[in-house]
Amino acid sequence: MRYGRTMTTTYAVLSEGLEKRFGDVHAVRGLDLAVAEGAVVGMLGPNGAGKTTAVRLLATLLRPDAGSARIAGHDLVREPGAVRRSIGVTGQYASVDGDLTGRQNLRLFARLHRVRDTAARATELLDRFGLTEAADRPASTYSGGMRRRLDLAASLIRHPAVLFLDEPTTGLDPVSRNQIWDAVGALKARGTTVLLTTQYLEEADRLADQIVLVDRGRIAHSGSPPQLKALIGSYAEVVVTHPDAMTRAAGVLDRLTGAEPSFDHERHAVGVVSVDPTLTLPRLVRELDAAGVPLVDASLRPPTLDDVFLRLTEGTATDLSDLKERAA
Amino acid sequence: MSALAYDGTAMLGRQLRRVRNNPGLLILTQTMPISMLLFFGYVFGSALAVPGEEYRRFLVPGLLVATAAGGIMTGMFQAAQDTHRGVMDRFRTLPMSRAAVPLGQAAADVVVTAAGTVPFLLVGLAVGWRIEGGALAAAGAFGLLLLFRFACVWIGVFLGLLTRNEDAAGQLGGATFLLPLLSNAYIPTEGLPGWLRTVAEWNPISAVTTALRDLFGNAPVPDGAAWPVAHPVAGSLAWCAVLLLVFVPLAVRTYAAGPK
Repeated sequence: MRYGRTMTTTYAVLSEGLEKRFGDVHAVRGLDLAVAEGAVVGMLGPNGAGKTTAVRLLATLLRPDAGSARIAGHDLVREPGAVRRSIGVTGQYASVDGDLTGRQNLRLFARLHRVRDTAARATELLDRFGLTEAADRPASTYSGGMRRRLDLAASLIRHPAVLFLDEPTTGLDPVSRNQIWDAVGALKARGTTVLLTTQYLEEADRLADQIVLVDRGRIAHSGSPPQLKALIGSYAEVVVTHPDAMTRAAGVLDRLTGAEPSFDHERHAVGVVSVDPTLTLPRLVRELDAAGVPLVDASLRPPTLDDVFLRLTEGTATDLSDLKERAA
Repeated sequence: MSALAYDGTAMLGRQLRRVRNNPGLLILTQTMPISMLLFFGYVFGSALAVPGEEYRRFLVPGLLVATAAGGIMTGMFQAAQDTHRGVMDRFRTLPMSRAAVPLGQAAADVVVTAAGTVPFLLVGLAVGWRIEGGALAAAGAFGLLLLFRFACVWIGVFLGLLTRNEDAAGQLGGATFLLPLLSNAYIPTEGLPGWLRTVAEWNPISAVTTALRDLFGNAPVPDGAAWPVAHPVAGSLAWCAVLLLVFVPLAVRTYAAGPK
């Protein structure tokens, strides 16, 4: 498959300046998104950031006020039919019919997708998502996890080139969440492009090759999870025996990182943010020991995506201990 | 087969399967007109100047049409429920005809209504109602009734897509019970004050009810009525055409555009 090509990368989703307003609310303001074919992209952002609106725009459920996009090579506004043939959508809104059984639902959607043998396709999907036993019960009697798996199965009737998953695991128990994660992993292995939104950083960290941070209808930052983590650096903290040694420790940390240390006088601790990938914990300890700093404890903690998220979207927090508090 | 016919048939199948999965609901909706026939026919009927059996013969076509007008309520509730529960958006992400979802819903409703009318008619026969005209005229009456139902469901689908909320649709749907009260479905309009009579006779329910009474041979077309009632068959067809011409495009467009 060849879609919109730029240099050597082929993009399954390529949007430029997508805009959507709802009255006074500017839900999406200039969304530029490039999702490489076969990639799993996690769209991360707080409630109301515009993630769902963005997905609804890209899935042809909403008409953009401005901007353009190509999905699997098809123009979003001019060829919605072709876009719909290339996508699968699962979200709290794109659901199944609770009054029909799991099997009836899948056969109906298969039929609407012009699948020839709807019975065989339904059986195959029910089996793949562990729903065979519940196949002939109304979907309204399913548990949350089963329901979400049926939603996912319904989105995969025709092997979509691009799969949109809007908060696929929100409200699910850990077992069901793992099942969905495994399913997404299997799709990724098959080369399906996946755009998923989530509020869970763990989910994005685990599934996504690329993370897009959305804040107030715009993309605040994007990159791979390690890239985003490198953006804000690691947090180094040392604890010394007595208050007098804190200044000496701060001097060493300043020399190593070039960043301004912060002090916790109660715990005799000095902390600093490091963006230097060569700064390892052994080196940190060696340098401090060589300078005669009486160390009690030392740690070098890589940032979690929580840190990245809060730092890059809020823009108000300046000091990492403050960030850590918020993240906790 | 065209995309609309193919997808529409699939949607019709979906609606009929839902009824089959949950037949209790269908039975429940049919008890309403039957109990109204018994209450109105015997309780109210005994207070009227006309003999009870004559009133019940008058009442059966009226209740058939009043029930058909209830298609506004069922259409609205169903469309609002599908939107609210997210099935509508699933359909909207599928490469299917934009008119298929409302069309399938309206068509399925007509099929279900046709089947659901049978027990009501049996009770009607038991309390003295008869087809007193020809078989052809009676068939025409049933055709007209289902056409009117079809038009009413489209009104409902449009309103349901607009409200998108089951509770609001339920509340609003209850108001459709008032529509037949201002028509000749339960009472003759000749006794109403002049202006009220005009309003009641321009109610589409009045034209269709009069047409049914005329075609079944239950009651003659009243004298001095407004045009749609004075020419009930033509008036009914005209009403259905107007309603369909207005509400089919509105419903399809609202479905295709989705929530704003």
